[in-house]
Amino acid sequence: MPSSSLRVADLHLSFGTLEVLRGVDLEVPRGSTTCVIGPSGSGKSTLLRAINQLDRPASGDVLLDGVSVIGTDPNRLRRRIGMVFQHFNLFAHRTVLDNLVLPLRSVLGLSKEEARERALRHLTDVGLADKAPYRPSALSGGQRQRVAIARALAMGPELMLFDEATSALDPELVKGVLGLMTDLSAGGMTMVVVTHEMGFARSVADQVAFMDQGRVVAAGPPAAVFDSPTSPRLRSFLSQVL
Amino acid sequence: MSDLLDTFLNWDYIAEVLPDLLGTGLANTLILAGCSAVLGTALGLGLALMGLSHRRWLRWPARVYTDVFRGLPAIVTILLVGQGLAVVARPLVGTNPYPLGILALSLIASAYVGEIFRSGIQSVDKGQSEAARALGMTHTATMAKVIVPQGVRRVLPALVNQFIALVKDSSLVYFLGLLASQRELFRIGQDVAANTGNLSPLVAAGLVYLAITVPLTHLVNFVDRRLREGRPVRGGDTLAELEPARG
Repeated sequence: MPSSSLRVADLHLSFGTLEVLRGVDLEVPRGSTTCVIGPSGSGKSTLLRAINQLDRPASGDVLLDGVSVIGTDPNRLRRRIGMVFQHFNLFAHRTVLDNLVLPLRSVLGLSKEEARERALRHLTDVGLADKAPYRPSALSGGQRQRVAIARALAMGPELMLFDEATSALDPELVKGVLGLMTDLSAGGMTMVVVTHEMGFARSVADQVAFMDQGRVVAAGPPAAVFDSPTSPRLRSFLSQVL
Repeated sequence: MSDLLDTFLNWDYIAEVLPDLLGTGLANTLILAGCSAVLGTALGLGLALMGLSHRRWLRWPARVYTDVFRGLPAIVTILLVGQGLAVVARPLVGTNPYPLGILALSLIASAYVGEIFRSGIQSVDKGQSEAARALGMTHTATMAKVIVPQGVRRVLPALVNQFIALVKDSSLVYFLGLLASQRELFRIGQDVAANTGNLSPLVAAGLVYLAITVPLTHLVNFVDRRLREGRPVRGGDTLAELEPARG
């Protein structure tokens, strides 16, 4: 799949007087996976939302494949970036299949048949083709999140953002979703994954970025970040979560 | 005691009024209420979307409109619209009071329906629109395909309550003056009651109202339960060949 590299440069974002991002720098090479860790309120989710402009950055730059996308039409930008949410956010009034078909038709303008065919293919990829005619409420949390991932992937994104994709899941359901994300990473998708799953970060990430108070404080290969943290704030965070 | 019974349940008078009630009045009441429900719902949805707009020049008129038509007694609106616009409307609709009566009822209903829709739309989880926007859907497509359908579904019971109010309020067009063939339930009952000096015809009219509104009340409960427990999946447009599996 034609995934892109991502670069975030000196990104600032505020909600009113609250400065949430205070100069974030992050480099995610094409086809690699970066896990973003850090205490709550550190700006991890906001960083993802700033990348696809669900929240508008005040200043700084976001580059896909070296090209700045800050000024582009958000709707066009979001076609290139898939996002997976903590609470799945499947369309509750639509069947599983229609959850995929709706954006394929509305955004990409596919015909009913093309959209159906592509949707079923992606549901098959996540092992849920048999759930196509059900409503999301009939699925387990893990199944819902896999549908949400399939919905994002069906759009053919160059970059995938995961916002605590397993935080709302029962422990026994986490594994299936992480497995899917692992496969996706191995398949060469560029991914930015905000997560509390340190095991996943260690084994799957090419890079781990630690955020605190609106900045990336430390970033590097998982081994370096987890085993020999230099930043005192990172050390104290790790001592609490590991 | 038998006097009292005779005042309300004189079978001769009820038998006298019943053919007119069912032959003329029922149809006219249903026309008034039905047309106003359709028009009021359409106007109400427009008002709700205006009220939720980010643009102040759309939000503000919707606010004022809602305040005015919710705040006026129905009879005031009906008389102002029905009589006030009669001269303007005469070339279009002649002297028939129905079009203006329906318009007045619709204006009133839309103010309430607009607020019902607005609360429904606002109650849809923010994550739904975020997901749609993150997929690249435009604001308009997100509203039309994701938010409004869910918001409307949620307020269907409240909407049916509004239709019940409309059935009852339709009796107020009586004040616009109706020809014999234009009389609705209340007017027919009232006429016979006035002629006979007995209230039984009005009781009969009331029973016909109840025959409309009570089933609607139960429809509300049914819809409410259905929405809460979920409905069986239908063979929707993209699902024609798939097994509808959930009961």
